[in-house]
Amino acid sequence: MNSRTFSWTDVLFLIEAARWTLLLSAIAFAGGGVIGLATALARTGPSRLLRSLASIYVEVIQGIPLLALLFLSYYGIGILGINVSPVLAASLALVLNAGAFLGEAWRGCIEAVPRTQWEASASLALTRPQQLRYVILPQAVRLAVPPTVGLMVQIVKATSLASVIGFVELSRAGQMLNNATFKPFLIFAVVGAIYFACCYPLSKLSGRLERSGNGSRSPVKGF
Amino acid sequence: MAVVRLSKVSKAYGTHQVLREVSFELEKGRMLALIGRSGSGKSTLLRCMNGLETIEGGEIEMAGHKITQGSVSLRALRQDVGIVFQQYNLFPHLTVERNVTLAPDVVKGMARDEARALARRVLAQVGLESKIDAYPDQLSGGQQQRVAIARSLAMAPKVMLFDEVTSALDPELTGEVLKVMEDLARGGMTMILVTHEMAFARRVADTVGFMHHGRLWEFGTPEQVMNKPATPELEGFLGAVL
Amino acid sequence: MSYQLQFGSVLANLDELLDGAATTLWMGAATILLGSVLGIVLAILRTSGPALCRRLIDGYVEIVRNTPFLVQLFFIFFGLPSIGIRLLPIEAALLALVFNLGGYATEIVRAGIESIHPGQIEAGLSLGLSRWRIYRHVVIVPALERVYPALSSQSVLALLGTSVVSQISVVELTAVGNTIQSATYRAFEVYIVITVLYLGLAFASRGAFWLIGLAAFSRRRRLGARA
Repeated sequence: MNSRTFSWTDVLFLIEAARWTLLLSAIAFAGGGVIGLATALARTGPSRLLRSLASIYVEVIQGIPLLALLFLSYYGIGILGINVSPVLAASLALVLNAGAFLGEAWRGCIEAVPRTQWEASASLALTRPQQLRYVILPQAVRLAVPPTVGLMVQIVKATSLASVIGFVELSRAGQMLNNATFKPFLIFAVVGAIYFACCYPLSKLSGRLERSGNGSRSPVKGF
Repeated sequence: MAVVRLSKVSKAYGTHQVLREVSFELEKGRMLALIGRSGSGKSTLLRCMNGLETIEGGEIEMAGHKITQGSVSLRALRQDVGIVFQQYNLFPHLTVERNVTLAPDVVKGMARDEARALARRVLAQVGLESKIDAYPDQLSGGQQQRVAIARSLAMAPKVMLFDEVTSALDPELTGEVLKVMEDLARGGMTMILVTHEMAFARRVADTVGFMHHGRLWEFGTPEQVMNKPATPELEGFLGAVL
Repeated sequence: MSYQLQFGSVLANLDELLDGAATTLWMGAATILLGSVLGIVLAILRTSGPALCRRLIDGYVEIVRNTPFLVQLFFIFFGLPSIGIRLLPIEAALLALVFNLGGYATEIVRAGIESIHPGQIEAGLSLGLSRWRIYRHVVIVPALERVYPALSSQSVLALLGTSVVSQISVVELTAVGNTIQSATYRAFEVYIVITVLYLGLAFASRGAFWLIGLAAFSRRRRLGARA
């Protein structure tokens, strides 16, 4: 095998690939956010059936490896007769995965709003959707910001597993580059550094929000 | 004409009977003060009258709305029956104005200008017009409780319930809240309060009910109930608190 | 047209799948044990060790938390040989798994210690034996009790995370699944079966953690040792 050297062009190649990592992360977060909100509302809601379904969903997703979910999604879409594209399979699996983790975190935030806020708004004749929209969710959102930013880090990292079903994002690009250049130490260090550059600011932000958010209840506008 | 009518209201938490066949009637414009030891069922009774607790027997009629153990139209009931809580329970993320106008806006569909004018009016009634743009955590406990009263008033209730509304306040702040309540009573509001303020109950209320072990043990004018207790239980209670 | 699910050829390989599950289980158990010990040691050093030590531990935790496990694994398995550290797949896998869980466990236990004992612990490594004993009973054990739920759920995630080491050809449950699917062409069925096996492992380990927690902590609570 003839290997070539690792150059700046290769770093650019990795950064290009990182855009796919970020795109896939955005899809997972957006789709997972919708499912997560539905899950959190179902788990805190009055319907026993929806509560059970949502909690089964969370338990199952949190009880299987993301890798297995990716394979299931990839081959499952395949047997439906749809032409399997890795990006579709990866998106489906990551959305389902993110939905469970976000749903569980947000359920906790909704439950952390004092019960007396439900009582006060109920006694003013608000309907349940009105209570959620005007009283409960605005308060839950504030509590949810730090854990949500923390989960975004998990989502970005999770997209690396999409490489195993052939989606060319950052990790896959690193493997391809390694096959061409045989500089694994350098390449995976650079790949890791790019992930770190994406995730570290989010981790720091999450930590800071958590510390600043806890004590004060002063009006924070703009959410 | 009775605007509040309870007949044989009962409730249990598991095997613990908290309310036993409570019955009474209250005329429009009257103030009833419920007194008794903690755990006697008086707060539970009050919460039943707003549908925050369910009842297992008997019937409650509040301003024409019936509550039984079956289905109740809580929304209609709650538009006519307001409640003020011990811990104020203001919405911490909303301004004083929005706390007051939220229900008129989303429940009654009141226009924005009209709602703002309403907020000014009810806040003036509790002496807090100047705090209309403040957030709850910028107010003292007494001020927060007055906002809570204004919030309830904004729905133009026919009956108002007060659940130990001064118990969480420092003694020097209870006066301003009691004064607002006294003004309301003068204005003809029908009020039921659970209270430990015996002097206030004696002076302002026109009916006093003594709750004991889930029963309405004695019921009558302040004069009857507080000066001439008919039972040793009430005598013992009054002896302990006065 | 419509696809018929056929589990026959998959279940014919049940023995290999169960072998794979056993490998997953022992790798997971080793990871959880070693990773937790690493986390506890580093958390103690992080809260009461010298400044340089704290900085290094912070760096380690941030690297673990902000890079994907897959990349950590590739770096260890493919990258380390370039600097002369050659590891068998299973060795690299265990190293990466412990490295990863250790980072999370450090953070979890540190938060527990700080919730018990805010501020500086002056004693540090200079603790004499008797003071160490006091520290252990007053700080470490209550801290672990407090963070036990968080540590347990992180551990279950670590157990499930072992599936990723199939990517460096460690023959655990997922890798066995990959082999069977390429032999039987029944990919979806294969992954349904391994998903069910993982689910079983996850639920069983959650149950085990609950029982261990009960045995380890409830007696203390009953005796009122915290008071």
